[in-house]
Amino acid sequence: MDFVVLGQLLNTTLVFSTALIFASLGGIFSERSGVVNIGLEGLMMFGAFAAAVGGYYAQDAGMGEWAPWVGVLCAMAVGVIGSLIHAVAAITFKADQTISGTVINFLAAGSTLYMVKLFFEGSGETPLIDGFSKVAIPGLSKIPVIGEGIFNSYPTTYLAIILVIVIYFILFKTPFGLRLRAVGEHPSAADTLGVNVNKMRYIGVMLSGLLAGIGGATITLTTTGTFAHNTISGQGFIAIAAMIFGKWNPLGAFGAAVFFGFSQAIRNYVQLFEWSKNIPQEFIFMIPYVLTIIVLVSAVGRSSAPKALGEPYDPSKR
Amino acid sequence: MSRLRKIFATDSYIVPLVAILMGFLVGAIVMLFGGYDPIAAYSALFKRVFGSPYDFGEAIREMTPLMLTGLAVAFAFRSGMFNIGADGQVMIGMTAASVVGIKLGGVLPGFLLVPLAVIAAAVCGGLWAGIAGYLKAKRGINEVITTIMLNWIALFLSNYIVRTFLLLQGQNRSEDNPASLSMTFLFSTFDNARLHWGTVIALAAATFFYVYLWKTKQGYEMRAVGLNPHAAEYAGMNVGRNVVKAMFISGVFAGLAGAGEVLGVFHYQSVFAASPGYGFDGIAVALLGLTHPLGVILAAILYGTLTYGSAGMSFGADVPPELIRIVIGSIIFFIAAQGIVRWVLKPFYFKRKKEKVL
Repeated sequence: MDFVVLGQLLNTTLVFSTALIFASLGGIFSERSGVVNIGLEGLMMFGAFAAAVGGYYAQDAGMGEWAPWVGVLCAMAVGVIGSLIHAVAAITFKADQTISGTVINFLAAGSTLYMVKLFFEGSGETPLIDGFSKVAIPGLSKIPVIGEGIFNSYPTTYLAIILVIVIYFILFKTPFGLRLRAVGEHPSAADTLGVNVNKMRYIGVMLSGLLAGIGGATITLTTTGTFAHNTISGQGFIAIAAMIFGKWNPLGAFGAAVFFGFSQAIRNYVQLFEWSKNIPQEFIFMIPYVLTIIVLVSAVGRSSAPKALGEPYDPSKR
Repeated sequence: MSRLRKIFATDSYIVPLVAILMGFLVGAIVMLFGGYDPIAAYSALFKRVFGSPYDFGEAIREMTPLMLTGLAVAFAFRSGMFNIGADGQVMIGMTAASVVGIKLGGVLPGFLLVPLAVIAAAVCGGLWAGIAGYLKAKRGINEVITTIMLNWIALFLSNYIVRTFLLLQGQNRSEDNPASLSMTFLFSTFDNARLHWGTVIALAAATFFYVYLWKTKQGYEMRAVGLNPHAAEYAGMNVGRNVVKAMFISGVFAGLAGAGEVLGVFHYQSVFAASPGYGFDGIAVALLGLTHPLGVILAAILYGTLTYGSAGMSFGADVPPELIRIVIGSIIFFIAAQGIVRWVLKPFYFKRKKEKVL
């Protein structure tokens, strides 16, 4: 495999990883605050849909290069609104969090397609839009392999990588991060210290909607160009896996997301090798999922979820 | 009789019932916003399901796998686990039933072949789920991840097996399966709707679910582990073994759903283009049914009616059938967040009490 192919492989890996990075970062905010978020899939769907529609109308209005960013903004807004359904049920009404997360998935699948058909005269798909184009960073993009791989990517990919570091910093180095984690680990102790548990949890869930929304948007704005019923197809669940795999840590989740992105990208490249012709394609498709289980079994061991994850906070139960 | 009365005690049915009504209401509001006529749409929905014997039979067919996957998810839930993998377990069940039915079709007589294919589907589905249970029990690996991964692996493994060993010449599906669960004697009554014994199996599975979990010592242990694994361990129960067993039984239900679809409905197995989604419907049904076997049956009836009828809704009133997912999602939302329903009901309760005082 020569350097050019290696660079392309790295590039494709990052493209596939970007959406997963955003969504798993979102999941971290929610779950670190103690609210299970099985609804990432639905939130991504909301985001992908909003980006496709918002991007389409912005493009129509002649916004040109800025149109995809309008799409991202719409995705953020719709993601937050969607996550509020989960927040109200799980935090205010103390519903089972797994259940209210599942509700998001249902509502998202139903309402996005319903609206697509409403907006675009019964079509099951939004019109194709241009989306983002790759931006080469001057100088750095000339480095062999890494230049082609990393520094010649979509703006959303750069944004994702920067956010990993920013969110790591927020979570572990700021008072806000400390409070958020405290609420997820030991809500009654945090409450005693004057932290508003429910408010922190609302913020956590809304940030998860915001980020998962961007995650969904990157799929329509970089890979597919449209939104249809199969645009997300399980990416949200893989983002959940990446979050758990990465032990609820932004850096870990980033690593896991890149791992999943890599194993999806490698499918496109493995066929370049002569020996791969003898392997049934199904087994090549299986690689990411089998690898995940093997890695989990051999390396990661017991997962370390936030202690109060999944428990509604009830101040009277101290 | 008293038990029956307890199940239908005021609160336990009023809240879900009101939740269902509120779900329909949300659906109606969404339709009004889209410029549709909700009354025409809902009546088209029910007309589609109850309008002809054929459609009624087909609706029952639609409910059958929902019951079983609903039971699968509910059983795991009761034992403290979230089985997102019913989808994969259904596919493995289908594949096992196909392999046994087609490969042993000429060898075994029908009365042996059919039960064997069904048992193979159940056992393979159970073992597939058991992998996730084993990994959780032995290595503490979150079953949510493993069942998601196993769904994808099941998809590709099933496709590989069908493509390599069972393919009908030049087509993307297996040979016809000689084993059949069809209830042929009912065909004329229901205008050739594809009714099959899987429905009876599903009802039996629900009975087993109830008896096992609430009437046996093993079931008691399983529920204890589900409620509080630490307390159960302290009380001397083997948590790991219960986890594996619970996932196995959960997978058996899902595997049976697969057997019903392959042996009762399609009579062959296609190469899947994507995951068929039975497992995700099962999650909804389990939640709608409050993870109780009787509730799951009722929920499957509701869910099956709505999804089967949604096609009629789109023909009859031009409403996109996806709307029904909004209705179902809202119903689950209101059932989960019962606080909202109680809040809505509060004035009524208050009035009633007042009347009593007077």
